[in-house]
Amino acid sequence: MKCLQVKEIENEWLPKSSLTIKMGECIVISGPSGIGKSLLLRAIADLDVHEGYVGIDNVPYNDIPAVQWRKQVGLLAAESAWWGEMVSDHIENIDSEQLNSLGFTEETLNWSIDRLSTGEKQRLAILRVLTNKPDFLLLDEPTANLDPKSVRKVEKLLLDYCHSNPAGLIWVSHDMEQAKRIADRRYLFEEAGLREEKV
Amino acid sequence: MNMISLSAVDLSIAAVLVVVLAILGLKLQLGVTKQLLIAAVRTTVQLLLIGYILKFLFDNVHLGYLAVISVVMLMFAGREVMARQTHPYKGLWGFGMGTLSMFLSTFMVTLLALTVIINNDPWYTPQYAIPLLGMMLGNTMTGIALGLERLTQAAREQQNNIEARLMLGHSGHEAITDIRKQSMRYGMIPIINSMAAAGLVSLPGMMTGQILAGSPPLEAVKYQILIMFLIASGTGFGTVIAVVMGSHRLFDERDRLRLDRLRK
Repeated sequence: MKCLQVKEIENEWLPKSSLTIKMGECIVISGPSGIGKSLLLRAIADLDVHEGYVGIDNVPYNDIPAVQWRKQVGLLAAESAWWGEMVSDHIENIDSEQLNSLGFTEETLNWSIDRLSTGEKQRLAILRVLTNKPDFLLLDEPTANLDPKSVRKVEKLLLDYCHSNPAGLIWVSHDMEQAKRIADRRYLFEEAGLREEKV
Repeated sequence: MNMISLSAVDLSIAAVLVVVLAILGLKLQLGVTKQLLIAAVRTTVQLLLIGYILKFLFDNVHLGYLAVISVVMLMFAGREVMARQTHPYKGLWGFGMGTLSMFLSTFMVTLLALTVIINNDPWYTPQYAIPLLGMMLGNTMTGIALGLERLTQAAREQQNNIEARLMLGHSGHEAITDIRKQSMRYGMIPIINSMAAAGLVSLPGMMTGQILAGSPPLEAVKYQILIMFLIASGTGFGTVIAVVMGSHRLFDERDRLRLDRLRK
């Protein structure tokens, strides 16, 4: 089982933080907004310049080309962005089972981005990041914009992926009920950085 | 064929028109009167100055003098490219990229034109070299400034889109492809438009000047066509080089989008 290690990662906006996660594990990070949870995920995905060690099985991130790193450590941003016109400009090689599980069909791929609702965009963004088959997924409030029914579907899809692939999930959530449902371990993000909560 | 020399009185009459416009601007409270007058004075002083410099250069034909004036012109153009950016690159890059790409494109194209096409003796005869380089730099400058402005603006506006692609494992090069192409087009459109409209809508300035100075129209036209082609290629190559360098600079070795390399 591969293991993602983050040791004393920090930058201008981010307090020193450390965590470790194995494939097949789901950890939930919660904490007040504006504390830097999104920035932590961005730093781990190497989108922002940072200090400290990040690596998979003792191979540091900068020994792996950036493009490959981000395929292996997939980041799902809180707000999805779409650069092309059609859904199919963004999502390739997706199996219809996954599409169906979030209420879409093959036909969805021919939809224009303009006609998608916020919730549809969010669910499609989740499917989009899964097509890379990442070993670790950094999820920035993936269900914040979804109705309760979709929330459960997304949780199931992501946990299934977590166990079957297997993959490690780092899941940022404000929803305590959700944290109870999905978390193997829980972290609290505070001024001083990341702290593991004993449950 | 002698051209009619303009006297101070002739120029004064034209100057009165500008003054009348300035007064009108004042009455209409356009807030441009001061700028208009300053610009008119600048035009007079700068052109007179360059007139004297050209006179000196024409009287003293020497490659060294020509090199010096060319570099000075290039530096001014480089500064102008940077000054036209809303968010120029920080540090030496802001000045350096525009200047280097202008140098590569305009100097190469101008050299080719002087040595192979016009082929005067000596090839650096300033009557040809300086106006040619001036026109090349002036137009290339516009193309590069437009291209870089479009690039940096679009990168800032579309940060989310670019980073969404990076998150999915696209390289910086891939993530900014659309913007890069668009910026190159942007820089080239003005010269394409002026080639398309030349002669129909307006008589290009250089040709007008030659005709006013008494050249046969067809000779003037041939020169104008040459200039158009040189300007189009100089601007095109320069814009491509500048935008490639600029988009490269927007990412670091880890394919991160580095908008912090632009000034706020």
